[in-house]
Amino acid sequence: MAGYVARRLLWVVALLLAVSAITFLIFYTLPSADPAAIRAGRQPTPELLAQIRQNLGLDEPVYVQYWRYMKGVVLHFDLGFSYASDAPVRDQILDRLPATISLTAGAVVVWLALALPVGLISALRRRRWQDRLAMGAALVAISAPVYWLGLVALYLFSKDLGRFPIFEGANTYRPLTDDPAAWAASLLMPWFVLAASFAAFYARLLRANLLEVMSEDYIRTARAKGVPERRVVLGHGLRPAITPLVTILGLDIGILLGGAILVESVFNVPGIGRLAYDAIRQADLPMIQGTVLFGAFFIVVANLLVDLAYAWVDPRVRTA
Amino acid sequence: MSEPLLEARDLVRHFGAVPAVDGVSFEVRRGEALGIVGETGSGKSTVARLMLRLLDPTSGTISFDGEDITAARGRRLKALRRDMQMIFQDPYSSLNPRKTAGAAIGEPFAVHGLHTGSGERRRAVQELMERVGLAPEHLNRFPHEFSGGQRQRVGVARALALAPRLIVADEPVSALDVSIQAQILNLLRDLQRDLGLTLVLISHDLSVVRHMSDRVAVMHRGKVVELADADTLYRAPKDPYTQALLAAVPRLQPSSASGASSPSSS
Amino acid sequence: MALLEVEGLRVSFPTEDGVLEAVGGVSFSVEAGRVLGIVGESGSGKSVTALSVMGLARGAQVSGQARLDGRDLLTLAPDEMRRVRGRDVAMVFQDPLSSLHPLHRVGRQVAEAVRVHQDVTRAAARARAVELLGEVGIPEPARRVDAWPHELSGGMRQRVMIAMALANEPRLLIADEPTTALDVTVQAQILELLERLRAERGMGVVLITHDLGVVAQVADDVAVMYAGQIVERAPAATLFAAPEHPYTWGLLRSVPRLDAPRERELVPIQGRPPSLLHPPGGCRFHPRCPHVRERHRHVEPPLEPVAGDPRHSVACLLDAPTRRELRQGPVA
Repeated sequence: MAGYVARRLLWVVALLLAVSAITFLIFYTLPSADPAAIRAGRQPTPELLAQIRQNLGLDEPVYVQYWRYMKGVVLHFDLGFSYASDAPVRDQILDRLPATISLTAGAVVVWLALALPVGLISALRRRRWQDRLAMGAALVAISAPVYWLGLVALYLFSKDLGRFPIFEGANTYRPLTDDPAAWAASLLMPWFVLAASFAAFYARLLRANLLEVMSEDYIRTARAKGVPERRVVLGHGLRPAITPLVTILGLDIGILLGGAILVESVFNVPGIGRLAYDAIRQADLPMIQGTVLFGAFFIVVANLLVDLAYAWVDPRVRTA
Repeated sequence: MSEPLLEARDLVRHFGAVPAVDGVSFEVRRGEALGIVGETGSGKSTVARLMLRLLDPTSGTISFDGEDITAARGRRLKALRRDMQMIFQDPYSSLNPRKTAGAAIGEPFAVHGLHTGSGERRRAVQELMERVGLAPEHLNRFPHEFSGGQRQRVGVARALALAPRLIVADEPVSALDVSIQAQILNLLRDLQRDLGLTLVLISHDLSVVRHMSDRVAVMHRGKVVELADADTLYRAPKDPYTQALLAAVPRLQPSSASGASSPSSS
Repeated sequence: MALLEVEGLRVSFPTEDGVLEAVGGVSFSVEAGRVLGIVGESGSGKSVTALSVMGLARGAQVSGQARLDGRDLLTLAPDEMRRVRGRDVAMVFQDPLSSLHPLHRVGRQVAEAVRVHQDVTRAAARARAVELLGEVGIPEPARRVDAWPHELSGGMRQRVMIAMALANEPRLLIADEPTTALDVTVQAQILELLERLRAERGMGVVLITHDLGVVAQVADDVAVMYAGQIVERAPAATLFAAPEHPYTWGLLRSVPRLDAPRERELVPIQGRPPSLLHPPGGCRFHPRCPHVRERHRHVEPPLEPVAGDPRHSVACLLDAPTRRELRQGPVA
């Protein structure tokens, strides 16, 4: 196991280096001429341009620039400076991180709480009405675009706009540390909206996996031993069926931590997704670069954690 | 004594650190049926693939018809394939489910540019099908429409298409029902006799190998521990592993039949 | 009274293409301390018979009786049957790699068999598991108890399966092709193990296989199944010495044997196993029987005792003298 972990860690480092290099190069080779102007945001003054050129050493060869950038990232966790918003990129991202984490964590809890029982029951009641109803609903949830779902939710249920004012609407986010009650209330709808398609997908996946697992020989052995059916399903069937979901869960969390752009925008949750969206609209290159790198970091780390979790869960993988 | 058709000398094949075949030498005489028998991990299937150059040996040489083919490549290898063919174990997975029987059997023709007229090719395929006991009208059927025994016949027909001189059959009947096994074994025997084929039969089933082979090689952990003609090997095995193997095979004469009327078989 | 008495067992499965009759009226009995070998090829219904007796045939319509010590298992409520499984009757399956849970250590799987039926602590169950692993011949059981199934060899895995089956001292053990997936030397060891356990514990054993050699070696009584029915039933010695059914003759003739001359011709059974959706009318073997008469296409032969030996029954419409004559020819 230790060997496996060490190998994977090396791989993570290599991957992150590669991602950062590619990100850097992409922005470096953007067509429009002046690198300083790109970074300066809209309507820069000549003084600003000169200052940028000097700060970033834009006259120097690309690998020197890359080296300086990477040195900054790795040693000082400095992701550059956003001239458009006049603040270091890192500070802005870290500022928004709690909201994104809140949104992600809550959504994960909601979608797992929905998907696991639904997938389980669907598999056990295959082709009966519970199954058909659940899978039908899942299909709708997967097909509905998330921003549409969000807008419809606001239209129906938000306290300020909705026809049935039950939940807090957009723009109501409060940090957890400030006001836990308000924090939770503001995130209820975003959580469910974000969770919807994931819950549906995971339920379908669990159902399919469980159906396959339940027809395996070792399930027959468990029954032959006289193990009660409930234990056969939960103790023998569920774990092999859930393992693939673990992989996907890690990846999904990694992706969401990079910012759920659409949900954050619709509900105006001040997270990284919203930050990235604004940066794109304002053509704030350093910010875009920073958020991309940040997102990539989470995905790579999530990948690693998922692989480690898988090896822990399934002993056959460790020897591979 | 005529020159052997195929000769393997000091064949070694590693998979990673594991020597699946660990210094194997033998010859296959023209027109004979050589049986290679062994348990899991003995290396017999690897030897089969090395013989046909489906795998490269880590070291050692293989000669076919007096010529060293160990390093044969490209066109020479392709030409060799016309002389040596293989029949595989699992008739369910060794046939492409999307190809009709006719297409599967005729594919060697296509690859080697034989029987190029479409009518001609169809006739050649049907001839092969008849020879292996399949109804020629079935050439447009897909594998799943055949039974296991029939699928194996398709495999045999495909192997015969290029009129090879050597056929290696790797567990040709292990996946078949007992009453069908005899059909395929008899088919192989008849073909060998009628076409003057040289046959190498790989199997874990000692009774099958004894029935089909002139000489038998016993493999254990990558080595040939004994090689003798079938009668001698089965009646008076020299190697302790061979003896253990033979002792383990359950006999049909039940131990509880204390000298009772022997079945009219023997 | 026999340990297990099966009477008129019928098992069918509703499928999209119609009703598939896997077992069409099967009766046999197993005595305590004796081994019944059930021989058949694919589609003979031998496995389905065993699974039905155990109540493991999902989606099947089962009728008939299967009395264990007088108690009909087929009429038990699911929960009662569950208590019987693994305790009074236990089963060992063909492929130990796929039949053992890949994510549970072997000790845990054996201990579970104990804890399902006995009220013991985890520690006690684990100790019992170690004991059982030792009884089935696994070296260093205290160490192996924590092994993962994929770390063990095929023979070891099958021993684990047997240990699991023995956990609660069952009176009847059903082994479905227990050695088919194993090398011949390992097979010999496992058969020896089963024989020893049977003798030590006085268990009744049902051994299902397609291998006539295994049956000859291990079984006291044999039932030959074809297309869901028993076509011949006899003590093993009798079956091999004086078989009565053309299918049995066909099997014996078509199998290469180490104890027969090497040049002996193999005579295959023509045709192939029948469809169970639309089984042949009359005698189910008639399309493949070399001695078929017109009557055989329409009349189903009952399983009847052979003259002079009440323990030997055969389901064949040919009369005894005719069969005797046919058998004198090249039979087996």
